[in-house]
Amino acid sequence: MSELTPAISKNSKILGLFAVACTAAVALVQLLTEDRIELQAQQQLIKQLNQVIKTSNHDNEMFRDCILSPANNNTDLLIDVIYRARLNKVPTAAAIKTVAPDGYSGNIELLIAINIDGSVSGVRTLLHKETPGLGDKIELRKSDWIETFAGKKVLDDNDNRWAVIKDGGMFDQFTGATITPRAVVKTVRKTIDYFQANQEVIFNTASNCGAEL
Amino acid sequence: MKINPEYKELAWQGLWKNNPGLVQLLGLCPLLAVTSTVVNALGLGIATLFVLICSNATVSAIRHWVPKEIRIPIFVLIIATFVTCVQLLMNAFTYDLYQSLGIFLPLIVTNCAIIGRAEAYASKKPIKLASFDGLMMGLGFLAVLMVLGAIREILGQGTLFDGANLLLGPWATELKVQIYHLDSQFLLAILPPGAFIAMGFLIAGKNVIDSKIAQAKPKKLEQAIERVRVNFES
Repeated sequence: MSELTPAISKNSKILGLFAVACTAAVALVQLLTEDRIELQAQQQLIKQLNQVIKTSNHDNEMFRDCILSPANNNTDLLIDVIYRARLNKVPTAAAIKTVAPDGYSGNIELLIAINIDGSVSGVRTLLHKETPGLGDKIELRKSDWIETFAGKKVLDDNDNRWAVIKDGGMFDQFTGATITPRAVVKTVRKTIDYFQANQEVIFNTASNCGAEL
Repeated sequence: MKINPEYKELAWQGLWKNNPGLVQLLGLCPLLAVTSTVVNALGLGIATLFVLICSNATVSAIRHWVPKEIRIPIFVLIIATFVTCVQLLMNAFTYDLYQSLGIFLPLIVTNCAIIGRAEAYASKKPIKLASFDGLMMGLGFLAVLMVLGAIREILGQGTLFDGANLLLGPWATELKVQIYHLDSQFLLAILPPGAFIAMGFLIAGKNVIDSKIAQAKPKKLEQAIERVRVNFES
């Protein structure tokens, strides 16, 4: 045995002890805050859903009535979750959480709500990494651009108004940032198309994400 | 009551002479990344302050039991524990702010100011002094964050305290001050290069003030060459 062995074993014991103590402390705090964090996330979700679908338009708990990543034959469109709004059990609208993959700096997470008649009820940006001061006008906090979607409809398959003004469409682009609004408009359009084609599936699939929240 | 002169010295060192942001230049990563608005700066500053006090106190409390060969991993463990706890607590109680500071909170672990103070000061001094050192260093860092945040927010978007409600609750929405109106934001100030430039001016400003003070003072013989030191006792 080398003369270092006792020192090494003593030090590793001390280190191990500290690791256990630190882990225990984190575990304790996690245990204490767990419920509250979950509650916060849930309230945040409810707040967002109520922003895109008017409370007069539904009487169910939308955040419990939802389907996770449903099948979808449009490979360009990434659907995360669909929340269903119903009034007296009759479907009125759906809020679809999706991703616009072609933002200026990567993915833009969107919550897109569409009424049963195919018109947009509301859109919100949930998460993005667009340039501050330019592309971040898709946040409601910075600009009300995102509100311009409300009430708009896709008239037919060749409806070319669904583009930014620069491309001959009806949505404003931002000074110095065209890619960001272009990506958002494109994804909203695709989501509406998906909604129109799959209403049956969207509203009749049994809810399968209630346990998550 | 006589105040221990060491406390006065600690306050002076932390807040001005050996300020972690302006002189030690530790923790530049969070300093430059989050100071785009005053509120973000304040949020991260308070989190750092809290971690710094707790880690200094703990490191000092256990200083007799930690063999010096393994002190660094233990300090890192302690700091990481406090940061994780702060992150969980912020997630639970200031959810919106957590959303906007999110990815920068874990960066506190990499803030060298914290491990620097643990190693250089807290591991050798009693708990009271170590906590006070943490408080003063933390306040010094917080002050630099706030000043930088204010400069960048005013230049970048013409406001002050935008988003204060994220940190302080709904009543603070009224704190927002629109200093002047910008049609489009001044990007340079908001992006990281602006942070570097503003930081450079702050450091230059501090040096100017220091040299003015030195000139105003009656001439004393300087014995040693002044150096930037993390550990000011050496």
